[in-house]
Amino acid sequence: MNLKSFHKHYHLMLLPGVLLLIVFHVVPMFGAAIAFQDFKIGRGIWGSEWIGLENFTYLFQIRDSGVIFYNTVFIAVCKIIAHLIVPLVFALMLNEVRQMAIKRWVQTVVYLPHFISWVILAGIVIDMLSLNGIVNQTLQALGIKPILFLASNTWFPVIVIGSDIWKEFGFAAIVYLAALAGINPSLYEAAEMDGATRLQQLRYISLPGIASTIVLLATLSIGNVLNAGFDQIFNLYNPLVYESGDIIDTYVYRVGLVQAQYGFATAVGLLKSAIGFVLIVLSYRLAYKYANYRIF
Amino acid sequence: MVRNRTVSARLSEAALIATLLLISFLSLGPVLHTVAVSLSDNAAAAGGFVKLWPKGFTLESYRKIIEEPHFVHSFFVSVQRVLLGGSINLALTVLMAYPLSRSPKEFPMRNAYMWFLLFTMLFSGGIIPLYLTVKTLGMFNTIWALVLPGAVPVFNVVLLMNFFRNLPKELSEAGYMDGAGPWYMMLRVFVPLSLPSIATVTLFSIVGHWNAFFDGMVFMRSVENYPLQTYIQQLVVQTNIQELDSTQLELLQKISEKTLNAAKIVVSMVPILIVYPFLQKYFIHGIMLGSVKE
Repeated sequence: MNLKSFHKHYHLMLLPGVLLLIVFHVVPMFGAAIAFQDFKIGRGIWGSEWIGLENFTYLFQIRDSGVIFYNTVFIAVCKIIAHLIVPLVFALMLNEVRQMAIKRWVQTVVYLPHFISWVILAGIVIDMLSLNGIVNQTLQALGIKPILFLASNTWFPVIVIGSDIWKEFGFAAIVYLAALAGINPSLYEAAEMDGATRLQQLRYISLPGIASTIVLLATLSIGNVLNAGFDQIFNLYNPLVYESGDIIDTYVYRVGLVQAQYGFATAVGLLKSAIGFVLIVLSYRLAYKYANYRIF
Repeated sequence: MVRNRTVSARLSEAALIATLLLISFLSLGPVLHTVAVSLSDNAAAAGGFVKLWPKGFTLESYRKIIEEPHFVHSFFVSVQRVLLGGSINLALTVLMAYPLSRSPKEFPMRNAYMWFLLFTMLFSGGIIPLYLTVKTLGMFNTIWALVLPGAVPVFNVVLLMNFFRNLPKELSEAGYMDGAGPWYMMLRVFVPLSLPSIATVTLFSIVGHWNAFFDGMVFMRSVENYPLQTYIQQLVVQTNIQELDSTQLELLQKISEKTLNAAKIVVSMVPILIVYPFLQKYFIHGIMLGSVKE
């Protein structure tokens, strides 16, 4: 049988997808060369002046870059930690519930926000936290002066991290729940025979049983250190909280597409992309080494 | 002694369930509140009397929405994008996943394609070069700008490829023996055997298309072409946030739109709520899909 004759069909199947990836991924990668140009949209990539690393050196001179870098890493790291711990605690709690109806109801409800866009969730959050929103109404009823949450640099990071937990904790718990379901039930039976309490079973069976999952998720999250969540912050922030909420991605959007400093914004994005690439490769290598994890 | 222990066990179990119910209530609360506001009388909503149940029940806001041509139109732009984009995603996912699921022995170039895919997944030129590419191609203000840049959902391809790889090898061998070609094998053997997985990745891409707002904002230059999420982003979220430090007069103006905005948000959530039961049925399966490897 001639399996070799199949090859051209395999290439044909892959062709449309590969072409589209070339046009919309590979071409823009080369287009990122404008990071080394004083790019003028009228002159195009061939006509604009090459300025070497000037865009990059400029980046290190302005004060903005320190602020956005700090904000990005701070918000991203807080989210990473929250995403490791909150879903874990939630999954361990849910795992102890024996009533299936309650378990299913709780799961159905907490997974839902994951599927709703940040545009809508931000719309809801902004309305609730506005001066005439439900939160400030409640505070007023308690005799506390209303707070402009989304205009406050103290509150903004709290709101970002809090609302992110709201959206994702349930969905993130699925991985832990699956790992918990994979623990051999006879371990619990034996522990019960020996008189272990539920708390002891949790400490000595459940937690060690999912330890490898926790390590894997922690390792893979290294790749997210520069991803503070564009969609969310873009929908929640405003000029009053740039100080605490402006991140690399929102900065690139504003400087590049709003102020049309294409070359400079591309340089910022490219630098982020390069560091992100190194972080992801590093996290995959660590995950492979310590948790025997492969993507392919 | 034994009795005591069961009593305390019961108590802690009750506390646990109460906590979890409270958490689920907190998760759902904001959504319920928005639904309640959208169904309330304007004055009651503005006065902050609406909590989780509508006050002065009225469908006025929803009636107003239907009369807003831009909103209705953007809803249909979104529907169009979901149908077109979802089909393109589906077709390309299957077309790429099948040849990539062949072993390197059967298809030696497979690993080269795989590296190419991995590379596009990990590295991107960023938003500005993409913007310039789409501009050069003359796709601004067309639906193609919303469906073609993300036409290949690489992550879904990898998921489905792993699923195909876990189907028994004997399937392919038996097929080849009977003289089946690659297209027949893909469409008549592999696709029918993996319908739940294909449904999963398709639902993911449908939700992704429905929820996307950024491409609509960047590639669409006028309100008439906005998909729904972009419309909400630009005309509800942005204006609300810009009015944070607004004057009393503007604030009053904004208050009068509170129920209308809530209704817009609810309407744009409805399609997600409709597919949610299907999503829930499949997504756990989807996450596990492709996680088991030989």
